[in-house]
Parts: sequence; structure tokens; C-alpha cells
Amino acid sequence: MFASKRLQKELSKMQGKLPPGIEVVKAEDFSEWLMDIKVVDSNPLYAGETYRLKFAFSSNYPIEAPEVVFVQTTDRPIPWHPHIYSNGIICLDLLDRQGWSPVHNVESICVSLQSMLTSNTKKERPPGDENFVRYNTQRPRDISFVFHDNQV
Amino acid sequence: MDSDDGFNSSQVSEDEFMEDQDSDVSLGEDSDFEMDQDDVGFESQDKDIKPSKHAYEIEFTVYSPAQIQSHQDKQIDEVSNILGQPPESTAILLRHARWNKERLIDQYMEKTEETLESAGLGESAENNPPRLEKVKGFVCDICCEDDPDMFTFAMKCGHRFCVDCYKQYLYTKIKDEGEAARIRCPGDGCNRIVDYKSLNLLVSDSLRDRYQELLMRTYVDDRENLRWCPAPNCVYAVQCGVKDRELARVVPTVHCDCGHFFCFGCSLNDHQPAPCSLVKKWLKKCEDDSETANWISANTKECPKCHSTIEKNGGCNHMTCRKCRHEFCWMCMGVWSEHGTSWYNCNRYEEKSGSEARDAQARSRQSLERYLHYYNRYANHEQSAKLDKDIYLKTEKKMTQLQNTTGMSWIEVQFLDSASQALQQCRQTLKWTYAFAYYLARNNLTEIFEDNQKDLELAVENLSEMFEKPIDQLKGLKVEMMDKTSYCTKRRIILLNDTAENLKNGNWDFIVQL
Ligand SMILES: [Zn+2]
Ligand SMILES: [Zn+2]
Ligand SMILES: [Zn+2]
Ligand SMILES: [Zn+2]
Ligand SMILES: [Zn+2]
Ligand SMILES: [Zn+2]
Repeated sequence: MFASKRLQKELSKMQGKLPPGIEVVKAEDFSEWLMDIKVVDSNPLYAGETYRLKFAFSSNYPIEAPEVVFVQTTDRPIPWHPHIYSNGIICLDLLDRQGWSPVHNVESICVSLQSMLTSNTKKERPPGDENFVRYNTQRPRDISFVFHDNQV
Repeated sequence: MDSDDGFNSSQVSEDEFMEDQDSDVSLGEDSDFEMDQDDVGFESQDKDIKPSKHAYEIEFTVYSPAQIQSHQDKQIDEVSNILGQPPESTAILLRHARWNKERLIDQYMEKTEETLESAGLGESAENNPPRLEKVKGFVCDICCEDDPDMFTFAMKCGHRFCVDCYKQYLYTKIKDEGEAARIRCPGDGCNRIVDYKSLNLLVSDSLRDRYQELLMRTYVDDRENLRWCPAPNCVYAVQCGVKDRELARVVPTVHCDCGHFFCFGCSLNDHQPAPCSLVKKWLKKCEDDSETANWISANTKECPKCHSTIEKNGGCNHMTCRKCRHEFCWMCMGVWSEHGTSWYNCNRYEEKSGSEARDAQARSRQSLERYLHYYNRYANHEQSAKLDKDIYLKTEKKMTQLQNTTGMSWIEVQFLDSASQALQQCRQTLKWTYAFAYYLARNNLTEIFEDNQKDLELAVENLSEMFEKPIDQLKGLKVEMMDKTSYCTKRRIILLNDTAENLKNGNWDFIVQL
């Protein structure tokens, strides 16, 4: 109820106009949306690629942050970034309980992720990626990331 | 029992706690609670350690909820008198200042209005209490509603949201996330704390009760020297002077009145002799390497001689194959008769030297082997502790039956209970000696440590073995069992004293940074 009203409004706003490089792929209900993002500024790491994001909303959205992950398909890779695990899990303070504000929305998250990629120069995964991807069974929101490096 | 010295390591503190309880009302300026702001360093604390204490024991006190409440009230009263503010406002100020009384008083004396203001008690708040407003042309950034009849709310920071959204936000914070004293404004990046008056205006009575309860908990949460007992449903808090920065030099195990032994530094179960940071590293490593290591701790193995499957059903590591009567050690699978002699080295990992470790593959195999050596023993003691307990519970049941039929008194079977407790405690210690040893670099002290470990291990296996004796023989073994129990306890104290002493003096070399 709480979430659906807000998401309805976000959707109609996004159907009007979206910043460049952001596109709604699927938004048929109020529990899960798919978005595509591209890095618009020239950055050789991400040139010519499009990335797919999956948003999962609780009924308490936007009081609670949505769960946002990159998903891999045949033509949508997981972008290289020292804060993005190879399974698509993102370590971004904005999406963490402490960093989240209900003022944020799907569009602003996409914009934040775009700029997080734009400013990155390292073709790297987070330290411990292999083990994390192999053994992590927690949902992204329950993982306590340490945001030791907010410059990236 | 010839040595009851410190088996129940909390004995001293328990007595202190009782005294403390009796004299609760008279807790004066010099009570422990008042010491919390003092920076009691490691050295100065040293002098305070009573000679009766062992090197591995630390000072601590257990407090009940009523005592915590009364300490809290007392602090509020005291600061209330100094500041000349009513107790209600003082409580808000203290919580806002994370119960740092000195800093609050300083701040208040220097910048009274600013201090009141940041806690939501400013003069403007007095004349201009928080209120709900209708605002023309307002759009709520959370729900995107723009109904002109909608009530809205904003704190001083001016981040305005509709009342429904604000309420929903506070409900989530309090009910789902358990926050209280430091709920921030919902605005993006705003650090303004939702003050008590604003909160009162926005939340229901039932939520307010929960909020009060959580506030009460923050008193303990906010203090470095107080910690809730982590046992499920336990309501006690423990006070201890050991600071975070001292954790590389001391392993502060405390004993709650509920019976739970835990580490004051990290709240995990007692992990002496291993320091907190090693425990953390070890647990992480075990988690990461679980796949490779899992099979090791499995409950079944093959007899090294006849290869028939053997299942471990007691805690003892001395195994006798049912089929071929071969006696061997469960941990190293070596022949049992070789254990207990002077060249017994089941606990020590022998580094392979020279050619074998030359290429990278061999090195990585060796590093895995080394890890598995320690992990195997660690996991084994964990498993054995469970099995020891099972077998004890079965024994106890049988003893009760025996009592009914033979008229043996309860007192007479108490020795089993003490033996079982000693076993549990010693296995817990042994378990962590292997994590400790894994990170230990060899120096001239390592040998003493390994000898202590070996001695304790032997003592434990000897005692553990006795539980496997038929019930009708147990009564006759009372004296022997009591001897073995006290011997185990003694070995444990020796080991813990040695490790604690050397840890305190920085004598251990570890292969990782503490
Ligand atoms: Zn709203
Ligand atoms: Zn604000
Ligand atoms: Zn407890
Ligand atoms: Zn600890
Ligand atoms: Zn056999
Ligand atoms: Zn052995």
C-alpha cells in the first residue's frame, strides 16, 4: 500500500522523462523492477555496454531501501568496479540502512550508480570477491559492508 | 578436591556482586560505575588486580536491570543538580551526549543554548514547541502527495514530510530496527536527531513504550565499560574496565549470573586463551574454508587397521575398534599406545622442511595441511564437548534411576556434575588453544605452550574416558574421578596463566597482526 502509491508516482514520472542512459525495462508490479543503465561520459571501462539492475521493493518502500543488484544476461554483463561483486551485489552506502534516506527513489539510485561507474578507473572486483560470491547466502540488505572508501 | 582455586573463576566477582547488591543504595562517588569516564590504563589496572586472582582472570561486576535503572536515575539526579535542569530534560541531554557526563557538563557550561538546542530542548523549542502544520503548496518527498489538507512535520533542520510518512518512518526505526536515542531526520544526509518532544508528537502510546525500553538499553549500549550478557533472554549487564585497545594484551572472559561465560571484548562465548582478533580471523577462515575442512570433523572414520567404519559416540579420543580391538587416537589416527609417552606429539604440527616445500603447489598443500591440522583438533574438541555432554546427561539419568533403587544420595553423585562441567570448560579452552596455535610463530615459549596444551589434553581425555565406564562402576570411581577433575582444572589454570601472562607482556609472536 505504502510502496505501491509511491512507486505508481515514480513510474508515471519516469515515463515522462528520464536522464540519459537510464531506461525502464520492466515495471509491471510493485515488487520488482528492471532498469537498464549506461555510462554516458566516455569511460573506456564501460564503453558500449549496458547494465541491468534489478530493484526489489518491500511493502515499506521508500522508508526501507530497495534491494538493488546488477543482473547478468547474455548481453548485460556485471560492470567492473571495486565495490561491485561479480554476482552483482553492490556495496554502496546509499543502499545501506544507515545511508538510505526515504527521499531517494529509483531514478536517483540509477543516477548514483551511473556516477559511481563514471568516476571509476579500476578494472577490479572488491577484495575477497571469490569467497564472497561462493559463500554469501545473506540478502544484500543484511550484509554489513564497511564503507571504508567512499571516494571510489 | 585439593584445588578448588579458581575453577569457578567468577567466585570473587560473584561475592562482590552480592555485597554490591546489599549496599545498592549507598553507591557513592567511588563506586565502580563512577569510574567509567576515567581512563584506566592497563598498567594502572594491573596494580588493582588482587593477588588471589589468576593472571587470566579480570575484574568485573554483574548488574541486574533494577541496578542499571537505579544507576541511571542516580546519574540523572546528579547531573540535574549541576545543570539546574529538571530530571526529564537532563535525561534527554545525557542520552544525547551518549551518557558522557563530563563532556555534557563542559559543553553545557560553555554553550548552554547550543547544547540544549542540539538535543531538541532549545529556548525556541520551549516557546515554539514542535507542532504539526498544514503548508500551502507542499509536496511530500517520501510519498509524493500534495494534498493541501495534509498535516506535515519538520524539525529545526527544515526537512518537511507529511505526518503519515514521518510516522511510518519512526515506526520502522523503532519497531523494526530497534533504534531509539539516535534516530536521524529522514532527509537525505541530514544528521539531526529526532528529539523526544518531536517523537512524542508523532508516535502512538505503544510505540512510545517500546521507545522508552530501547532508551533504557542505550544506557548500557553507550558505555564502553558496560555490556549486555549475550545469552538468550538474559537481562543482566556486565561491567568491566578492559578497553578495546587493550584486547591484544588481554582476553577478558566474564561470567554472568545466568551462568554464561562470555568475552567482554567481543561478546562471543569464552575463547581464552585466544585474543579477540585471532578469534575473529579464525572463525572467518573456518567459514571460508568450510568446504575443504568439513569432512574432517565428520563423525565417522575408518579404523586405520581393519578399515571398518567407526562412529564416535563419546567425547573421548581414545578409540578401540569393535572389530579388531585396535586402539588408536581419533585426532591423529595414530596408535594410542604411543600417546602419553614423552614423545607424544598429537597436538603439535610438524613443519615439513626443505625439498618438500619447494614448489608453490607443495607450499599451498602444506599451508592447507597445516590449517587442517589445527582445524581438525579445534573441531574435534568442539564436537567432543557436545558428546561429553550427551554422555553425561545419559549418565545422570541413569544415576537418578540408580539413586531411586539403591538409595544413594544426591550429594554422592554431585562429583559427576563437577566432572562434566570441568570437561566442558577444559574442552572449550583446548578448542581455542588450537586456533591460538595456528597463528603462533615458533619462539622459545612455544614449546612450553605446547607442553601445557598436551598436558591438559591428556588430563581431559583421561577424565572423559571415565564417563564411558559402566554405571555400576561409577560409584566406586568417585575418588579417582574427583582427582582427575581437579587435575584437569589445575592444568587448565596453568595453561591459561601462562598464555595470559605472556600475552600481557607481549611475548608471543603471531604470524598475523593482532
Ligand atoms: Zn508523505
Ligand atoms: Zn533534517
Ligand atoms: Zn547472562
Ligand atoms: Zn573476545
Ligand atoms: Zn579395526
Ligand atoms: Zn593423537
